[in-house]
Amino acid sequence: MENNPLFKPGHTGCAGCGQSMAARLVIEAAGANTIVVNNTGCLEVFTTRYPESAWGVPWIHSLFENAAAVASGVEAALIYLGKKDTTNVIAQAGDGGTADIGLQALSGMLERGHDVLYVCYDNEAYMNTGIQRSGLTPFDTNTTTSPVGKASVGNIRQKKPMPEIANAHGIPYVATCSVGYPQDLQRKVKKAISIKGPKYIQIHVPCPLGWRHESNLTYQIARLAVETGLYPLFEYESGKLAAVRKIQPKPVEEYLKTQGRFKHILNNPEELKKVQGVADNNIQKYNLREESPSS
Amino acid sequence: MKEFLEGSRAVAEAVKLCKPGVISAYPITPQTHIVEELAQMVADGELKSQFINVESEHSAASVVLGALACGVRAFTATSSQGLFYMAEVLFNIAGLRLPLVMTCTNRSISAPINIWNDQQDSVSLRDCGFIQLYAENNQEAVDFHLMAYRISEDKSIMLPTMVCMDGFILTHGMESVDMPEQEKVDKFIASYKALYKLDTANPISMGLLADPDYYLETRFAIQETFKDLLKFIPKVSEEFKSNFGRDYKDCLVEEYYTKDAEKIIVAMGSVCGTIKEVVDELRAKGKKVGLLKIISFRPFPYSRVYEILKDAPRVAVLDKAVSLGAYAPLAVEIKAAFFGKKKSPKVISSFIAGLGGRDITLDSVREVFRKLTQREVSLEFIDLKPELLREEYGE
Repeated sequence: MENNPLFKPGHTGCAGCGQSMAARLVIEAAGANTIVVNNTGCLEVFTTRYPESAWGVPWIHSLFENAAAVASGVEAALIYLGKKDTTNVIAQAGDGGTADIGLQALSGMLERGHDVLYVCYDNEAYMNTGIQRSGLTPFDTNTTTSPVGKASVGNIRQKKPMPEIANAHGIPYVATCSVGYPQDLQRKVKKAISIKGPKYIQIHVPCPLGWRHESNLTYQIARLAVETGLYPLFEYESGKLAAVRKIQPKPVEEYLKTQGRFKHILNNPEELKKVQGVADNNIQKYNLREESPSS
Repeated sequence: MKEFLEGSRAVAEAVKLCKPGVISAYPITPQTHIVEELAQMVADGELKSQFINVESEHSAASVVLGALACGVRAFTATSSQGLFYMAEVLFNIAGLRLPLVMTCTNRSISAPINIWNDQQDSVSLRDCGFIQLYAENNQEAVDFHLMAYRISEDKSIMLPTMVCMDGFILTHGMESVDMPEQEKVDKFIASYKALYKLDTANPISMGLLADPDYYLETRFAIQETFKDLLKFIPKVSEEFKSNFGRDYKDCLVEEYYTKDAEKIIVAMGSVCGTIKEVVDELRAKGKKVGLLKIISFRPFPYSRVYEILKDAPRVAVLDKAVSLGAYAPLAVEIKAAFFGKKKSPKVISSFIAGLGGRDITLDSVREVFRKLTQREVSLEFIDLKPELLREEYGE
C-alpha cells in the first residue's frame, strides 16, 4: 500500500484546507478495509472530479443528504455477503450535510444501530456553495446569508448541539476532534472503528476561504478554537461523558482576531462578551479547565 | 401453481422468488401489504434478506442504492408522495446504472390528499431513467417483476425498473395467479453479478463529479440503452415464454382486436381489463373496436404504436394522469408517434378519467367510444360531476 495511499495528493482542495487534512487523517486511521460513503460537498467535489479520484479505498457519492442512508445499505449488503466483520463503513459529510439537510437520514442510521462511523467535517458554513450559514455556524459569524449590516452582527444563533443530538440516540460512541490535534483525532477514529454499532465523530476543520485567514494558519487556528473553549474536545461512551481535553482557557479574542469572519465584532465589547459567554458555558459544561499546579 | 391471492401477496411472493439480499421500505398506502408480507417472510426465516425499516422513502431508496453499489440485489416499493420523495434518489440510481427493481402501487398526488388510484405518480417520474412497465392484472404484476430483474441486471442494460400496478384495484384485489416455481425462477434470473461494485479488494470510486466535458455522454449512453431495450425487452419476454409458458409477445404493447378496428382506445394498467370487456360487448354487436395496451411506457415503443395504429381511423387515448397546462402524458406520446409520418389516424382524441380513484366503469369506457367521433377532442374529462362544478364556481 506504500505506493497506493488511501487519500492521494493532487486533488483540487484549496491551500490550507482543513477538511482535506482531516479526511486524510481519518481514512489513514481507519485503514484500507474501509468503504467510504460521501455526501455532496467540498470534499466530494475536490477529491473526485472525473476521471480522477483521490481515494484509494472503495468510495461512493450519491446525494447531499443521504450518506447515512446509503451507508446503511452498504452495511446491510456487507452483512448479507458475510463481509461486515472485516470491513469498516464510514459515512462522511460537511456540517450542512450533517446538521441540516442530512439530519433525518443520520438520525435514522443512528437509531437503527448500523455498524457505521459517521464523520462530520465541521467548517461551520456551506463552503462549497460560497459561505452560506448552516446550523453549525457559530454565533456572530459573518457569512453570505448571515451578513453583517447596520442592523446585524452576523449569525444570530449558536451552533446546533450535534454531538449531544447524536448522543441522545443512545449510541456507543460520540467524539469531537480538531484537525489541530491530529494524534487525538486518529486515536478517536481508531477507537470508534473498534466499537460495534453507530458512532459519530465531529471534526473542526478551518476553511481559509470561508473564515478568511491565511492558508498557512489552519493548524494554529484550529488549536486556538480548542484552547479558548469555543470548540471543546470530548468523548461520550455509552452515553456518558468519558473524557475531555483540558485547557487553560485563552480569551476568545485570540481566536476571533485571526479570521475575517469575526472582524466586525473585534471592536464591539458587547458582542465579544457574548462570544466569551459561549466559551465560558462550554468550559463549565464539559469541565474543561485544567487544574493549575499552583492552585 | 395457481393460487387465489391478493395482488400485494402475489407480488411479495414474486419478489421472494427473486431473492433480493436487501429490502428497504417506508410505509405508504397502498404499498404497505407488499412490504408487510416481505417483512413476515424475513421474520419467519423463509427469506434470507436484510430488511431495513427506514425513516423515509428518501432513505429507503438510498439504502437499496448502497446495497446495489456493493453488488447485492435489492428491492423497494412505494407509491404517490413516497415516490415523489424518492424522486431525487431514483434519478441518481439510474445515473449510477444500478439495476434496482421496485414496485410503484399507483396512487394520486396531493392536494387534495387522496389515497386512491390513478397513475399521476409514476407518469410524473417518466424522465427519471427507470424502465416503466404497467401491469393490467396481478398475473402480469408477478411476471413483470421477474422480467424486471432479468432485464435490469443484464450487463447490456444496467438500468432500474419500476413495475407499476394500480393501487387497491390490483394491490388489494384477489385474483387467481399462477405462481412460478423457484427452480424455474432460479434458471430465468441468474444470481446478480455487478459490473462494478464497492469492494475493498478492488477499490473504485463511484458517483464522481462530471463536468461539462463529460456529463453529456453519460446521458447519451442511457438514452442509447433505452433504444436497445426496445429489442431487449421482447427478447426477455421470449425467454419468459419458454420458461413459464405465458406469452407477452414483445412485452412493449398488447393488441386486443386492433387489426380491423375502426375505433381503438389506448390505455395503460388495470383499466385495460375493463376496456376489454367493453370491446367484447361491442364486437358482439358487430362494432369494430379494439384496445392498444401500453405495457412499456419507458422505453416508449413509438414504432410499434405507429405500425398498429397507422391505418386506424379513430384513436382515443385514455390517460389516468394529467400534465396540467398541457396535453395529457400518454396522448402526447401517441401523437408524437405519428408526427412527420406518412400515415396517421384521422382522429386522435384525448380523454382523462379515473383521477383520485373515480371508478372507470363499463359505462365510462362506452362513453369514450361514443365520444370518439370525427371531431377530435383533447383533454376531455370523463365522469365529471356537473353538480360539483357548479358548487365550486357558484354558477
